[in-house]
Amino acid sequence: MIPPFLFWTFALLLLVFGAAVVLNRNPIASALSLVISFIALSALFMSLDAFFIGIMQVLVYAGAVMVLFLFIIMLLDLRAEERRKINVVATTGGALVALAFFAQLYLVIGQLRIASQPFAPLPPKTDDVRNVGALLFSNFNLPFQIIGVLVLVATVGVIVLSKRELR
Amino acid sequence: MDYAYIGISFAKIAGLLPVVLGIMNYSVYAERRISAFIQDRPGPNRVGPFGLLQPIADAAKFLLKEDFTPAHVNKFYYWLAPCLAMIPAILTLAVVPFGSTLFGVPMVIADINVGVLFVFAIASLGVYGIVIAGWSSNSKYPFLGGIRSSSQMLSYELALGLAVIPVFLVVGKLRLTEIVRYQIEHGWMIAPFAGDWANVGKWLLALPMLISFVVFTIAIFAETNRLPFDLPEAETELVGGYHTEYGSMKFGLFFLGEYIAMITGSAIIVTLFLGGWHLPVPSWHGGFHWALIDGSRGVLAGLFNIFIFFAKIAVLLFFFMWVRWSLPRFRYDQLMRLGWIWIFEIALVNIFLTAVILAFVKL
Repeated sequence: MIPPFLFWTFALLLLVFGAAVVLNRNPIASALSLVISFIALSALFMSLDAFFIGIMQVLVYAGAVMVLFLFIIMLLDLRAEERRKINVVATTGGALVALAFFAQLYLVIGQLRIASQPFAPLPPKTDDVRNVGALLFSNFNLPFQIIGVLVLVATVGVIVLSKRELR
Repeated sequence: MDYAYIGISFAKIAGLLPVVLGIMNYSVYAERRISAFIQDRPGPNRVGPFGLLQPIADAAKFLLKEDFTPAHVNKFYYWLAPCLAMIPAILTLAVVPFGSTLFGVPMVIADINVGVLFVFAIASLGVYGIVIAGWSSNSKYPFLGGIRSSSQMLSYELALGLAVIPVFLVVGKLRLTEIVRYQIEHGWMIAPFAGDWANVGKWLLALPMLISFVVFTIAIFAETNRLPFDLPEAETELVGGYHTEYGSMKFGLFFLGEYIAMITGSAIIVTLFLGGWHLPVPSWHGGFHWALIDGSRGVLAGLFNIFIFFAKIAVLLFFFMWVRWSLPRFRYDQLMRLGWIWIFEIALVNIFLTAVILAFVKL
């Protein structure tokens, strides 16, 4: 368990920088805000003793995916994005959809009985890495293998597409 | 809130940080002396005896130079980048066990069960400092340096991650203290001399460990932007690479960040493959065996373990410098070919090899 002020700090960081991703006009600033919100999210996972998920969040998303994003964004012309006018109709529509979604969440979670009860704490010596591995290779073995093949197909596809002179 | 735990952790941080920063400063001095020795010239030998006070003079110079910010840069990111280059390198030290125990307290700041993954996760954030520095400088050479470094670090991160999987296959744990304990009981990863050392399977298993060790070390060279992989700051092509536009202490942070990254990289290599703080001492009391010196034998033994850990790091740092002043720089396409066609494949085959040995050889 962590003290509540840490939870509120990271939750606030997550929300503020999540909003900053959308509100920033500069794509680089947006991407970096997303990195910070990923790190805050990982801190929240860790506060729930889910170290493996938390660290994967940083390793995969903040450390690899966002670096590639940043890499691509830097090669683009950023000025065009900064000059673009805000489309009022689209913004209002988007805001309404988001509000409706939050209202639904609020109503549904308010009615759930589980949501009002705290979760039972994990046993202190839980090895979450081992648990994830054991589950992946026993209960979810087939989906895991299928996803492996899918990723392989995607990798081969990318190589074929990027090597145009191959054919 | 457990105040004793917080206090002890704080004391560990306050003890470890000055040691690491001291090693960092003197590794700069060592680099200059070793390069001088290799090139048959005296090197810095004027400040203090043998030039030993040179790091202090360097630090004063860094701090007293005018802190100049060019007009054409993105100010906020330009200031942010040096901090981002320095912080991840220091943060990774939090999970490395740098000694056995001292007064019964384990000498590791955060003993978390995903130790090595934590190291990779934080180390992978190190690329942001370099990329943002290159981009925010708004100038050609730094930008090229930033682009080069991000693709280089991403490429070699894969090899880095794959190279440690054989170690986990053998140990079965990600916690760094468990890996060190395994090596105390069974001998170091690359040389299983302790425990059931007469078992041939153990020595067969040392082969993939040796391959892992070599692959991991090469990948660390690339991750820390050291020669022969220092393409991001290749001074003959890119002036200074990503830190061309930086001066005074902001440049100092990049410069010293590289040395901190070398120290943390060496610390990980030592922990994973070279037995961490463990030094086998032969003993003949009741037949030959390796005596274990650790914190349970008193404070002096605990300090000895910490000394051994940093001594191993110093040896690796010397190796880093030796390589830097002996090998020429790779060309960029050679670097990418080495990373993707050789190192990556070797690491993959090595995992398979380890799994086969573990499955068929009785240990």
